[in-house]
Amino acid sequence: MEIWWLIFGMALLTFVIRYSLFAWPALRFAPVVRQGLQYVPTAVLSAIVVPGMLMPDGGPLALSLDNAYLLAGLATIVIAALSRHLLATIGGGLLVFFLLRGVLGQLPI
Amino acid sequence: MQGARDSLPLIVGILPFGLIYGALASAAGLSLGQAVGMSLLVYAGSAQFIAISLLNSGSGTAVILFTTLIVNLRHVLYSAALQPYVGSLAQRWRLLLAFGLTDETFAVVQRRYLSRGMARQAQWYHAGVALALYLAWVGSSLVGVLFGQRVPNLAGWGLDFAMLATFIGIVVPALRNQPQIAAALVAGAVALLAQALPYQLGLLAAALAGIAVGVALERRAGRLAVSC
Repeated sequence: MEIWWLIFGMALLTFVIRYSLFAWPALRFAPVVRQGLQYVPTAVLSAIVVPGMLMPDGGPLALSLDNAYLLAGLATIVIAALSRHLLATIGGGLLVFFLLRGVLGQLPI
Repeated sequence: MQGARDSLPLIVGILPFGLIYGALASAAGLSLGQAVGMSLLVYAGSAQFIAISLLNSGSGTAVILFTTLIVNLRHVLYSAALQPYVGSLAQRWRLLLAFGLTDETFAVVQRRYLSRGMARQAQWYHAGVALALYLAWVGSSLVGVLFGQRVPNLAGWGLDFAMLATFIGIVVPALRNQPQIAAALVAGAVALLAQALPYQLGLLAAALAGIAVGVALERRAGRLAVSC
């Protein structure tokens, strides 16, 4: 039941955010807010990616050569910068990640 | 129909993402109904991925909802960008199109609105894109759950890396100027330092710090350009 409440809550929040400016067609944001919005995706996603690479187990820092999340993450950044193509980035990144995990003996097989 | 066709490349991108979401959700202990229900009702890939990983780490409902809010805040940007086109439609259209406003839908319809405006019943095009992407997401989630129920030890594979790879693929091409790069670096650094804060407050602090630095640098650059 708890899970269903979570799902309804997430659904409501997500919809309200998406509907926000469609609901009031005349509403305009102040310039500083509009400027700030330009940085929301970059800031939020970076705040998830960086700890995900450096603290895959939720901390402390895992700055080591057997951290596949860190090494494959760096490789993925290079792929993204060179290709600028989302699918190529995801596919290439996953390939590097699983190869590394295989070499490091971190796959459950 | 045209809309559904233009979404094809993005559907190819959504399918593996949905499969992995479904597999992870079932590994996290969600039932088939719950995992697919989340895709049907919430329909926000990154928020769903994060909700699953937070459930795995034992976070409470309030924390997950709060995180959903922060992660989905970027949709305000999309809503604002499409407002000039969608704002004149009837309310039921606006409700419908708002529900389907994901990163992928935005990417496809934004291009069309920019090139042709509201000409030729653009809302039908928009709805076609949204519907095609929605069906791809829900369908692949379902297949992912069924797959996850048959493969033991799925959680040990590290499929969550797919989420990191996706976010990297979104962020890196957006780092076109100094303020964007600074926003990414500051947000990442603050997220590391504030990792230990409870209730995912570290994520909020990191996001706010990144946004503040980005805006401050942009304003400074603007002033320099004016004074030169």
